[in-house]
Amino acid sequence: MLDRVSTPATVIDRPVSRQTAARTAAARTAAIRAPAMRAAGKAAAGARKPSRALPLRRFWSTLLILAVWQAASSAGLVSPQTLASPLRIAQTAFDLIRSGVLPQNLLVSLGRAGSGLAIAIAVGIALALIAGLSRIGEDVVDAPMQMLRTLPALALVPLFILWFGIGETPKIALVALGAMIPVYLNLSKGIRAIDPKLLEMGRTLGLSRMAVIRHIVLPGALPDLLTGLRFSVGISWLMLVVAEQVNASTGIGHMMMDAQDFLRTDIILVGLLVYALLGLLSDLAVRMLERHLLRWRPVAGGAR
Amino acid sequence: MSGGVLVEGLGRAFGGNRVLDGLDLQIRPGEFVALLGRSGSGKTTLLRTLAGLDPVEEGAVSVPDQVAVVFQESRLLPWKRVRDNVMLGLDGADAGARAEAALGEVGLAHRVDAWPLTLSGGEAQRVGIARALVRAPHLLMLDEPFASLDALTRLRMHALVERLWRKHGCAVLLVTHDVDEALTLGDRAVVLDRGRIRTVLPLEMERPRRHDADFARGRQVLLEALDVGEAV
Repeated sequence: MLDRVSTPATVIDRPVSRQTAARTAAARTAAIRAPAMRAAGKAAAGARKPSRALPLRRFWSTLLILAVWQAASSAGLVSPQTLASPLRIAQTAFDLIRSGVLPQNLLVSLGRAGSGLAIAIAVGIALALIAGLSRIGEDVVDAPMQMLRTLPALALVPLFILWFGIGETPKIALVALGAMIPVYLNLSKGIRAIDPKLLEMGRTLGLSRMAVIRHIVLPGALPDLLTGLRFSVGISWLMLVVAEQVNASTGIGHMMMDAQDFLRTDIILVGLLVYALLGLLSDLAVRMLERHLLRWRPVAGGAR
Repeated sequence: MSGGVLVEGLGRAFGGNRVLDGLDLQIRPGEFVALLGRSGSGKTTLLRTLAGLDPVEEGAVSVPDQVAVVFQESRLLPWKRVRDNVMLGLDGADAGARAEAALGEVGLAHRVDAWPLTLSGGEAQRVGIARALVRAPHLLMLDEPFASLDALTRLRMHALVERLWRKHGCAVLLVTHDVDEALTLGDRAVVLDRGRIRTVLPLEMERPRRHDADFARGRQVLLEALDVGEAV
């Protein structure tokens, strides 16, 4: 295909000196090759597509592990007090759902993670705006936030229990604190990276400061905010696990700690499974949000 | 002044470098002035001062209330659709309709719902022009708006700008370093050199401009004012 396209170019250029003709032809070939390569890339992506639909091959190893695990349990090689069998776990999960124990605890856990995350997002955005929009704000807010960042939030558990007791407050506070940091860090970075030319354009259009924030600053920093949010969601589950295992009378973590007392590894594994699913689903949700909110971005990295 | 521009003794220095040095310039209402000059001659600083982006440190500047700028890069917000970009900062229930009308004027009625990153360079620049015109400016400033466009697109843009200028009757200040562009569009060509006006060339040829003897003479004058007279 390349040859066929570049031949007429050579014919046209024949009256010109040979050197120029060669150069022109080379330039055209290069120009033609670029879209051709893009097309090739697209074809390759197309070929890769079926693998993204997860072929059965990808599950073989997992299924094998499960089968060995089940066989070992059935043969009595692994005691249920060390590790419950996959079938036992499935049965327990079903029972826990039917009895309402799992849904109830799940709801409590979701409430804690959700409210903690909501506080984290609100406070994180507010602080990032203060730090990102003014020099004074940056000096006042950024230094303490950078210090807080280096502090492992989980180490605050004893202090939070002393301050807030053992109710819901310390758990939500722990989630909020841990999840706020990535929101703040990414958004304030995003705000500082806004193209000053766009801010200038806003001034020539006579936009008010609020309008500049609403139309230029926040949407411009949204990709960074969403990156931060993905980290935050992950961290909020981590915080929740710890908070619920240290002291709680409800929640998935409590359910697992309770099971520990009765050597119920099946319940513990159901809890782990729930946490894994929560992490997976929340990450998926943020990614879908990302795809919707950032739909203005050209697909497949074809940006100008 | 209502519709025109008056600049008197405008000066501006960055460090020890005087970018504008006692500059005087008048633009009558509805007049099309093409501002030429080599890089660093102060063109952009003058435009930024008139746009209110740079402060007036020396001298006096008077511009109309309604000023609009079209930049070299279109400076569209990539996260807003074309219509919303044009509407930015407008209020009133008819803002959307006005934006669409302005986009129709620049020949982009079919692209109102497009995302800016899917536009070609010429289309993006036309959106920038629509965004300026929808504000019904008395002074329209164009900062090398066609510099990054290909030659054919540029010619089409010249015709478009000329048509819109005649229709809206606003004063235009076009910053460019393309001598032919200045000769094609301007009522007057002004050459800036080291922060002062070096040459003013009234252009009284009939519109649309043809590449005749007058054009060639104007070209010679401007190129000499830009110190590239011998090169042509």
